[in-house]
Amino acid sequence: MSPARGSTYDCIVVGGGHNGLVCATYLARGGRSVLLLEAAEQLGGAAVTREFAPGFSVSACAHLLHLMPAALRRELDLARHGLTLAGDDVPSTALDTDGRHLTFGPRDLGGLRARAQADADSYAAWQAQLQRLAGALHPVLSTTPPRLGNASWRDRATLLGLGLGVRRLGRSDMRELLRIGAMCVHDLLEEHFDLPLLKGALALDAVLGSNLGPRSPGTVMSLLYRAAATRGAEVLQQPRGGLGALSAALAGAARAAGVEIRTGAAVARISVREDRATGVVLATGEEIAAGTVVSNADPKTTFLKLLGSEHLDAGFVRRVAQLRARGVAAKVHLALERLPEFPGLGAAALRGRLLVAPSSDYIERAYNHSKYGEFSTAPMLEVTVPSMADAGLAPPGAHVMSVIVQYAPHTITGGWDAQRERFTAAVIDTLAAYAPGLRASIRASELLTPADIEQQFRISGGHWHHAELALDQFFMVRPVAGAAQYHAPVRGVFLCGAGCHPGGGVMGLAGRNAARQVLREAA
Amino acid sequence: MLTESEPHYRQPLRKTPFHERARALSQLDSFIPWSGYTTVDVFTSVEQEYFAIRNAASLYDLTPMVKYRVAGPDALRFLNRLMTRDMRKLTPGKVAYTVWCNDEGHLIDDGTVFCLAPHEYRVCTAEWQLDWFRASAIGFDVELREITEEVAALAVQGPTSCRLLRLAGVAGIERLKPFEHGGFELAADPAAARAAVPIMVSRTGFTGDLGYELWMQPQDAEAVWDALMEVGRTRAVRPIGSRALNIARIEAGFILPKADFVSAEHTLYLGTERSPLELGLAWLVDFHKGHFTGRRALLEEQRRGPRRLLVGLDVEGTKPAHNALLYTERSGRREAGSVTSATWSPTCKRNLALALVDASCSATGSEVWADIYLNRELVWERRMVRARVVERPFFAPTRRRATPPADY
Repeated sequence: MSPARGSTYDCIVVGGGHNGLVCATYLARGGRSVLLLEAAEQLGGAAVTREFAPGFSVSACAHLLHLMPAALRRELDLARHGLTLAGDDVPSTALDTDGRHLTFGPRDLGGLRARAQADADSYAAWQAQLQRLAGALHPVLSTTPPRLGNASWRDRATLLGLGLGVRRLGRSDMRELLRIGAMCVHDLLEEHFDLPLLKGALALDAVLGSNLGPRSPGTVMSLLYRAAATRGAEVLQQPRGGLGALSAALAGAARAAGVEIRTGAAVARISVREDRATGVVLATGEEIAAGTVVSNADPKTTFLKLLGSEHLDAGFVRRVAQLRARGVAAKVHLALERLPEFPGLGAAALRGRLLVAPSSDYIERAYNHSKYGEFSTAPMLEVTVPSMADAGLAPPGAHVMSVIVQYAPHTITGGWDAQRERFTAAVIDTLAAYAPGLRASIRASELLTPADIEQQFRISGGHWHHAELALDQFFMVRPVAGAAQYHAPVRGVFLCGAGCHPGGGVMGLAGRNAARQVLREAA
Repeated sequence: MLTESEPHYRQPLRKTPFHERARALSQLDSFIPWSGYTTVDVFTSVEQEYFAIRNAASLYDLTPMVKYRVAGPDALRFLNRLMTRDMRKLTPGKVAYTVWCNDEGHLIDDGTVFCLAPHEYRVCTAEWQLDWFRASAIGFDVELREITEEVAALAVQGPTSCRLLRLAGVAGIERLKPFEHGGFELAADPAAARAAVPIMVSRTGFTGDLGYELWMQPQDAEAVWDALMEVGRTRAVRPIGSRALNIARIEAGFILPKADFVSAEHTLYLGTERSPLELGLAWLVDFHKGHFTGRRALLEEQRRGPRRLLVGLDVEGTKPAHNALLYTERSGRREAGSVTSATWSPTCKRNLALALVDASCSATGSEVWADIYLNRELVWERRMVRARVVERPFFAPTRRRATPPADY
């Protein structure tokens, strides 16, 4: 296929986040000439490594890699493009104020067994079931959601296939899937476990990055979703050089496939003529023609800003405007003069992630504040010390601490400018309860609130998943009905970001699915 | 007036600024609710009121017509994306009849758009639209406000309506062309507080006849009514109710919400929505003006061809085919559609109906059979009557468009 008359490229990908890079690579491999435009100077979107204090670098948002399927990484040949791991299968440790920390994982039941034998047994059974359900749901993530009430054979075949996959679970698991699918994770954990520390740690995974608390309906679904990406065999990994190194490898794969990449090129709008995309216009006024425009931007940005209401139906625009996309995850980065000391915690645990979520109720209480534009002084934390395994991130002897904090409301009473210092202090106070010497070793700190994430990474609402991952914004209605098959109502315009199925996290499937759809439709 | 303290279900129907005048002339006390107002169904007799429309001049209170002010830098872009017609052609001083649809290309409502100034419009609709208009305003710098209560409206329709307005001192009204509007003054009773009442007049209406619609401040409503009734005293001018108007609008071939279609925002059953193509309003749909809500769905429907169409029927006999089911043959074996509005037309001397029929029977000259139920002195009878598809409008006198109008 050759580019449309007058254009140099078949496809323009707007945004060089990980999904944009993945999508561009598959499009180029599919024989399309592809130009990728990134507004920032650095590729990767929110998956970047940045220096936040002299000599101290850290992954700006997500700090561990666990959702990107191994098959996708193999297909993209990321190892050849420079991706190496500083940490593989790192442990999770639930921190306890009394120092009885619990390091556990699907393949590490020793600590749990010593603490609560019954919970250890339940946890093994829980993991086995989660793995079976995740196995059945895994194909869903790589599928273009089917349309209902449609005569297309592909949509019907997809529905049939998904139904069969679930049916093959057998009566008992299928019944359990239907029962728990819309439940809140708090109630489900109550059914299985006794130890509050364990329940808190498991609930954390169900709500991380979401504007949901453990008692919010649909949090079992987000847990299943997380499990589905890896068929229930989740492995936490730390790329050497941070998540930015992953983006660099993705960019390498894209260039190798023939994608032309321009950074510092902000797209102002997608140009449309006679209900068809004709290219993009940059903020500088430069026009670039292409018959297909794939947007890695979030749905609100894509439809309301880049395309504009004028080219869309009013009901559709209303659905997009009402899309829930309010981030509640903040990031705190600490430059430490020395390795922090957590009494009761070994050096091995410090190479993994530390969870401050002593109980499910603790998380729910932290969530309560955010509903009313406030923050809790007892926040939920996911902590890593990436410099433990990757010394290049900090000066010799010094360390970097990367903390995901929930819940930080996108819009806070009094405004973030007035609350930043108090918020950072609350996070440090919370950490100091487990690492008393921490405060004295802090040389510098950085806070990224959802408002900062929105502004710095151009994500509406500063939501990591671009659109809340909830039942009403999932699969066939993600991001909204009328755009769930990666194409926008305007011909030639597609979405490839986390706002599409299967959603966010550094996973890359949305980008691959979108590319397949583009290749199928424009074939 | 409405008071905030009363729950809505205890609030009485509102009274229009013409209410006291209408009540004084109403012999039957036959009032009906209309968009939260109480308005006259019949004053004295439907026939007398109807003939005032066709043979003299009539006054009809249309204040309950829902009115919106649309203003702002993006007002035109907003309207052009909302409406099916090309709003860019609407210049100050002009009025356009148009419809608007939802994403599925189903009709939400019809109405008139007045261009008052380059960035200021008035939209008159049959039903409340604020929710849909607000959804349609996302992404546009436009201000929307309902002004129904702020503007009183009176239709002056009939062959002598221009003459009547001139007698009431509305200078220059004879130069107003169809679908134009302008600011005028009406000479009130010299004894009144103000001798000259400012009014906006549009040459629009729902009768298919020569006629005007007068828009004024509510406090001027009675003075305008009094002045017109006074100069019309010897000229057979009558206030009319909705029943007489309904006969005239069927003769003119105009559709009415809740009679000929149900707004897509109000339908509960699937398949009862209607598209402008089905309602014979394809001439209002401009596919070349740029995008508008419903365009993609309507293009697809146009490609497939509408499955049913609203047509005019000339029904044999004199009994109106109210609610009649239609069949392709006299035997009544295969349904062809149903009648949405029906009337005996006193002017055409024909038995008229608007009907929604299968596309296969929609061509002019096609024959269908109407199943009419008659109550003859409490005895029900059923007649299968032949009906022919004919061109609309059924009644279109040249006087409705003549400028200047004949000076009766």
